[in-house]
Amino acid sequence: MFEFTFMRYALLGVLLISPMMGMLGTMAVNNKMAFFSDALGHSALTGIALGVLLGIHNELLSMVAFGIFMALVITRVKGARSASTDTIISVFSSAAIAFGLVILSMNGEFSSYSRYLIGDILSISRSQLILLAVTLAVVVIVWALLYNKLMLLSINRDLAASRGVRTVLVENIFVVMVAVVVMLSIQWVGILLINSLLILPAAAARNIARSSRSYLWLSVGIATACGVAGLMVSYALNTSAGATIVLICAVVFMITYFCRRRK
Amino acid sequence: MRHQNELQPCGCGLCNVEIDHLGVRRGHDTILEDVSFTARCGELTALIGVNGAGKTTLLKAILGEIPHTGQVIYATHDGQKLHKINIGYVPQKLDFDASSPVSVADFLLAGRTNLPVWLFGRNKDRAAIHEALALCGAQGLERRMLGDLSGGELQRVMLAQALYPTPELLILDEPISGVDNVGSELFYRLIGELIRKTHMAVLMVSHDLDLMRREADHVILLKRRVIRSGTPEEVFSSEEYRTMFGGGLDV
Repeated sequence: MFEFTFMRYALLGVLLISPMMGMLGTMAVNNKMAFFSDALGHSALTGIALGVLLGIHNELLSMVAFGIFMALVITRVKGARSASTDTIISVFSSAAIAFGLVILSMNGEFSSYSRYLIGDILSISRSQLILLAVTLAVVVIVWALLYNKLMLLSINRDLAASRGVRTVLVENIFVVMVAVVVMLSIQWVGILLINSLLILPAAAARNIARSSRSYLWLSVGIATACGVAGLMVSYALNTSAGATIVLICAVVFMITYFCRRRK
Repeated sequence: MRHQNELQPCGCGLCNVEIDHLGVRRGHDTILEDVSFTARCGELTALIGVNGAGKTTLLKAILGEIPHTGQVIYATHDGQKLHKINIGYVPQKLDFDASSPVSVADFLLAGRTNLPVWLFGRNKDRAAIHEALALCGAQGLERRMLGDLSGGELQRVMLAQALYPTPELLILDEPISGVDNVGSELFYRLIGELIRKTHMAVLMVSHDLDLMRREADHVILLKRRVIRSGTPEEVFSSEEYRTMFGGGLDV
C-alpha cells in the first residue's frame, strides 16, 4: 500500500501527529482536561468562520489564532476557580460552535467545510508535513523544558509555586501548545475525533504505567502504534483513517484497563 | 526545640521574615487585614486559629500564589533586604488524582532538576533522593506511586521534597493531620533537629494546640488579623485565646 505517494505522506503525517498527541495527552489527562480539549477542538469551526468574516484566506491561520485565544480564555476562567467551571466551558464551547455553524452555513455552503469534521490524512501535502515536523521539534523541546514543572503543577499548585515554578506562565504555554497542535492536526484527524486522539493513548498508558517515564513513553508508543495500525487497516477496509485510528486506541484502552484491574 | 539564642547570626543569611500589613480580599470579603508579625530564623512560629481564620490564605499569600496588599520582607540579621530566598512548603492536603503515574522518585526529581523525568536518570540524582528520603524516615519509597502512600509516608515524602534545596523558610500547613501520635512526635523531633542544624525559620499552621504549646517558640493567634502574638505562655494564657477557643478546649 505504501507504493502510493499519498499513503507514504499519510504515514509520515501519522508518525508526526501521533507522538505529539501522545506527549501532550499525558498532561491533558493528568490535569483532567478532556473537556477542555474537546471544547478547543469544536472551536476550530469558529476560527474558520471568523476567518471567513474577516476575509482571512488562510483558514489554518484563523483556526490557530482563535484556538490560542480560546485556550487562554478557558484557562483564565478555570483559574478563577468558580464552582461552575464545567458549565462555563460548556457555554463557551456551545456558543463558539453555534456561531461557527451559523456563519459557515450561510448561503448553504457548509458542505465545503465538512471535511474538517472528519478530516482526511490522505490529502496531506509535502509542505504541510514540513510544518508538522517543525511543530513536533518545538513540542519536544518545550516538553523537555517544561515537563517537570507541569508535573508539579498537576500535583499541587502552591507546591509548584514554592519550587519556583511560574505557574500561570507554564500553564499558559502548555495550553497554547495544545491549541496549536490540535488546530494543525484537525484537517487530518477531524474535529469529531481530535480529542479522542489526544486523550485515549495517555489514558491507556496511565492504566499500566508506574512512573512518569513509563507513562510518557507508553503514551507516545501507543499513539504511534495505533496511528500506523489504524492507517493500514483503514486502507485495507477503505474506511476513514482518523476514525479507524481512534477505534484501535479505544480497544487498546480497554485491554490496558483490564490489565490494571488484574494488577 | 526551644532555644532562645537570638544573637546567633543566621548561617543562611536570612534572619527575619517580616509580614508587614498584609491583607487579602476576595470579592467583597476581607479574608485577612493588617496582618503583621515576624518569623525568625531558628524558631518555630506557630499560626493558630479557628477554621476559616485565614491561616492557609496567609501561607498562600506568602508563597505569592494569591494577590495581597502589604509586604513580605526577607531581611538579614543586619537589616539588609533579600530579594529571593528558598522556601520549602508542605501543603495541607494533596488533592491530586491518586491514579497519577507519578513515583516518589519522579516527584522529588521534578522539584530538583530541570532534566525531564521522562529521560534517563542520573546516578547522582538517585543517590541524592535516597539520602533525602532517609533523612525524613522515608527510605525505600522511591519506586512507590504517590497515590499508593499512606498519610504518614506521604507526609515524610512531602517534607523530603520541601528540604531541597535547604530552605531558609519552611512553611508547613497542618503537616500532621491524619498521622498517628507516634508519627507526629517523630515529625516534630525531625523539625526541631532541622532548626538546630540549619537555623531555618519554620512557619507552621497547626490545630494541635497541645503540641504547639510545647514545641513552638512563637505563637500567632489569627482571626482575619493578628489577635494576639507572643510566647506560647503569653498567648495560651491570654483572654483572646480563651475567647476564641473557649475554656473547655484549653488543653
